[in-house]
Parts: sequence; C-alpha cells; structure tokens
Amino acid sequence: MPSSSPDWSALRADFPILDQQVHGHPLVYFDNAATSQKPRAVVDALVRYYERDNANVHRGIHELSNRSTNAFEAARERTRKFLNACSTEEIIFTRGTTEGINLIANAWGGKFIKAGDVILLTEMEHHSNIVPWQMLAERTGAKLRYVPITGDEGLLDLDKLDSLLTPEVKLFAMVHISNALGTLNPVADLCARARRLGITTLVDGAQSAGHMMVDVQAIGCDFYAFSGHKICGPTGIGALYGRKEVLENTPPWHGGGEMIATVDYFKSTWNTLPHKFEAGTPDISGPIGLHAALDYLDAIGRENIFRHDLEMASYAYQRLSELKGVRLFGPKGERGGLVSFLLDDVHAHDVVTIADRYGVALRGGHHCTQPLMKKLGVPSTARASFYFYNTKAEVDRFIEVVREIQKFFGT
Amino acid sequence: MNDDLNDLYQEVILEHAKSPRNFKVLPDANRVAHGTNPLCGDNYTVYLVMDGDVVKDASFQGSGCAISKASASLLTSIIKGKTRADVEALFGKVHDMVTTGHADDSMGKLAAFAGVHKFPARVKCAILSWHAAKAAVAGGGTVSTEGDEPKAE
Repeated sequence: MPSSSPDWSALRADFPILDQQVHGHPLVYFDNAATSQKPRAVVDALVRYYERDNANVHRGIHELSNRSTNAFEAARERTRKFLNACSTEEIIFTRGTTEGINLIANAWGGKFIKAGDVILLTEMEHHSNIVPWQMLAERTGAKLRYVPITGDEGLLDLDKLDSLLTPEVKLFAMVHISNALGTLNPVADLCARARRLGITTLVDGAQSAGHMMVDVQAIGCDFYAFSGHKICGPTGIGALYGRKEVLENTPPWHGGGEMIATVDYFKSTWNTLPHKFEAGTPDISGPIGLHAALDYLDAIGRENIFRHDLEMASYAYQRLSELKGVRLFGPKGERGGLVSFLLDDVHAHDVVTIADRYGVALRGGHHCTQPLMKKLGVPSTARASFYFYNTKAEVDRFIEVVREIQKFFGT
Repeated sequence: MNDDLNDLYQEVILEHAKSPRNFKVLPDANRVAHGTNPLCGDNYTVYLVMDGDVVKDASFQGSGCAISKASASLLTSIIKGKTRADVEALFGKVHDMVTTGHADDSMGKLAAFAGVHKFPARVKCAILSWHAAKAAVAGGGTVSTEGDEPKAE
C-alpha cells in the first residue's frame, strides 16, 4: 500500500541524474511534461533483463525465451492493473501515445470512418491527436470539428458540447491533461455524453497516466493511450487500451510475424487479442522497464503524486502571478502539474535560453499545439512542468531566475 | 549575469530586438520570401525592392525571439544597396560566424552575433532571416529550418 505521506526527499535520491550542476548551478529539472527522469529501479530492471534474460518472446522453447516471454506478459498484466482494464487482451504495447493514436486512426478509423462522418476533437489537442485524424479525414472524406476553449484559462466550453455532438460524429478524441495549458478535462463526463449517442471515444493520456489515478472503466472511454517515458519508464514504450468489444471488430494495422494465426501464400488469419496488433519482434526491454516504473509509481501512490504535482503547479502559478509583466495560461484552480506563461516583451526562447544558463530546464515553443497557440494569439509560451521529485525550493529558485530574466530585458 | 549570456545578448542585439528597424511591409516589394522555424514557431517575411541585381530597399515582418528579430533588423539595414552576389557572400560569412564564432573585421555590427555559436540551439534563430533574404534575392519563396541546416521547401 502506498504510504499516506511519502518521503519526497528520499525519493529524489532514487534519481542520480538530478544531482548535478548545469552551467555551474544545481540542476532544476522542470521539463517533465516532455519526459520524466528515470529512477534507479527502472535502469536496474533494464540492465538485469539484458544481462540475464534477453531472448526473443513468444516463439522460443528454450529457458531464456520463456523468461523473457513471462516478463513481457507480466508487464502487460501490470499495465492492465495500472489502468484497471478488464483483461490483458485490451492492452497493446506501442512506442508511445502517438503510435497508439495512429493505430486507432488507421485500423479502427480505416474501417469505421466514412465520407461525411465527423471526428470531434478539442482546441487544446497536441499535434499527435490532430494530425492522424487529418490524415484519416483526407483519405475518407470525413470532417474534423473542435470543442472550443475559453480564452487564456483554457477550459473547454462545455455549453457548446451538445450542439457539437450531432449524429454525424463517429469519434470524440480528447486530451485528459493539456500539455500546453495544464487543463484537466472531465473525461468521464465527456465520454458518458458521447457514449449515450453511440460515439466512440479516445482519451490522450500522455500527461495524465502516472500523474493521477486512471481507471479506464470509470472513465468509460473506448481507447486510452499513454507513453512510458513521461512516467519514469524508458523511451520507446507505451500502451494503448482498447475496449475488447471494439478491438475485436478492429482489423490489424501492421502485418507480419506474431500478429497471425495461419499464413497461406494468398490468405492469412489473425492472431487473438492483443497480439493481432503487435506485428514483429516487439520492444521487450521497454515493457520490462515500464513494469518497474509502474511498480515504483504505485508504491508512492498516484493520489499522492497528483496532490504533489498540483501543489507545485499552484505554488508556481501563485508566485508568477505576483510578478508584474507575466501572462499566465491554463486554469486557476485544479490542474495538471505544469504552468505555461509569457513575460511581457520577452520571447519564450529567450526565457528558456537564459533559464538554462542558471541551471533551470524549461521548455519554450508551441509545445506541439500550434493551432492552440494561434487561438491564444501567441507564437509560443514558456512552460515549467513538475513531477514528484521537484521541490518548492526549486520553484523559488525558478522565480528568482524569472526575475533575473526580467531585469536582463529591462521589463 | 553569465558571460556567455552577455556574449549572446549583446547590447546591439537587445536594442534591435526592442526597436527593430525596417519592421514593416514594403508595398512595392518585388521579391518576398517567407522564413519559418517549424520547431519553435519563428516566422518572418522579408520584403525586397530590387532593381535588376541590386537591393534598393528591404524590410521584414513577423515574430520570433530577440536573436531572430535583431538579426532580421540588422540584415534589412545592411543589405540595402548590395547586389545579389554580395548578399549571398554575406550569408556565407554570417553562417560561418554563428557556427564557429569567428568574425573578421568586415562584419561590422553583425559581429554581435558571433556569441551565438556557444548556443547551438539558437544558431537557427540567427540565420533564419538570412535564409529568407537569400531566397528573396534569388526570386522569392519559402524557406524552413530543420535542425542546423535549413533547406528550401
């Protein structure tokens, strides 16, 4: 069971990378929405696998192949439990959120989306939850439609939702926590409203998995995609949850080994779920590293992580709002663990370049949300994003650096 | 303030970023080129009035960081009166300078950008409007930076 109040500073010691100087200053790593750091337990799991168990999965009869297959499938069961899916048949390993969404756009979308159908998105989507649908729309003659947001606060304008959920809508794909604004969307409510009308739903969980409790049955979505590397896991591994009934009716995407039952020169039959969607030798160390990451997170407790992230974000938001010449984006209240901001007359890239020289790692740019930036009327924002190993003292240091930047530009 | 930062953000750069010169549309421009940096969203249009091979007037519009804006401001001031061959030669020298840090005496105010070489991620900011200018003297078009080496689209 997770402890009620984790020893945050002891956890920090599990991340050797955080203990270093950058440009002569202690590193303050505030780019967690891009990728998180990895605890020793995850690195050790990868080393152990390669030093002891490495072999190809599912096809071997020898001992090492049995071990790697067992570890690979144990990771699938761990991921099922992490999302509270009904069955491991509903867990497909992917390279990450982007690949999960592309799989659905191609395999499910290719079969079920027709000319004149509408794919409903929100105005705060990441490019990875826009572009695959644009490509699908181009191929099929379907149309895209967007749920609008309310200004800089970046909440969905839910009054407009009913009028957008028309009979032509076949899919509603939405981000759970916005990577550019920090908005936490009421996905369970949105999915329920869509489901009543027979609309299939997809939740982009890139910023929510590993930052809060996620129960796909409680959310009631048909698909949920996330990335391992943002939640202490290795890069190149993620998972896609798909409700069994929907996946059973979805044709495969990639063809090759592993996804077949029988192959004839002219006709093949497909393997069962979830293997139907996993062609070729998969990333094996990835799921094993992810397994270690999910164990690590659940030992801390995801409710604890959510509270900690929120505390960091609220504190940073409040400290920034006390400064002159700061424009803040995203909701004032409950939010994911990040703050997006702009300083008057200073471009986000200049903010990030100067902060870096003080050891503070931020991100500046459009955050792969160009349409959202256009909507907000800004070319880019600077973003500080947090995880459980960050501290209030680091936020204080970040604020000092922001003051330095303002002085430097005479604002 | 950190020395490298002072090298990057020299007085002349901060001043041009704050009050950019030639920051307007030239209604009688006969050459227009658009430069974007898709990774960071920098976005500039360079307008030229050319008489044969010679740049008679130059201006720019758009948005981006202090480095890219100051670079476009100085560029549009400096290339007035120069030929296409001059602009192309200067592009090569600016490119060398921002990647190596070496500025010879002929660079004048442009030497302020030599400090950019210590910030590899910012080289594309300094060079963006130069790519657009090079495309404009050659007839116009759109250029886009991808990584270190911008290419024409």
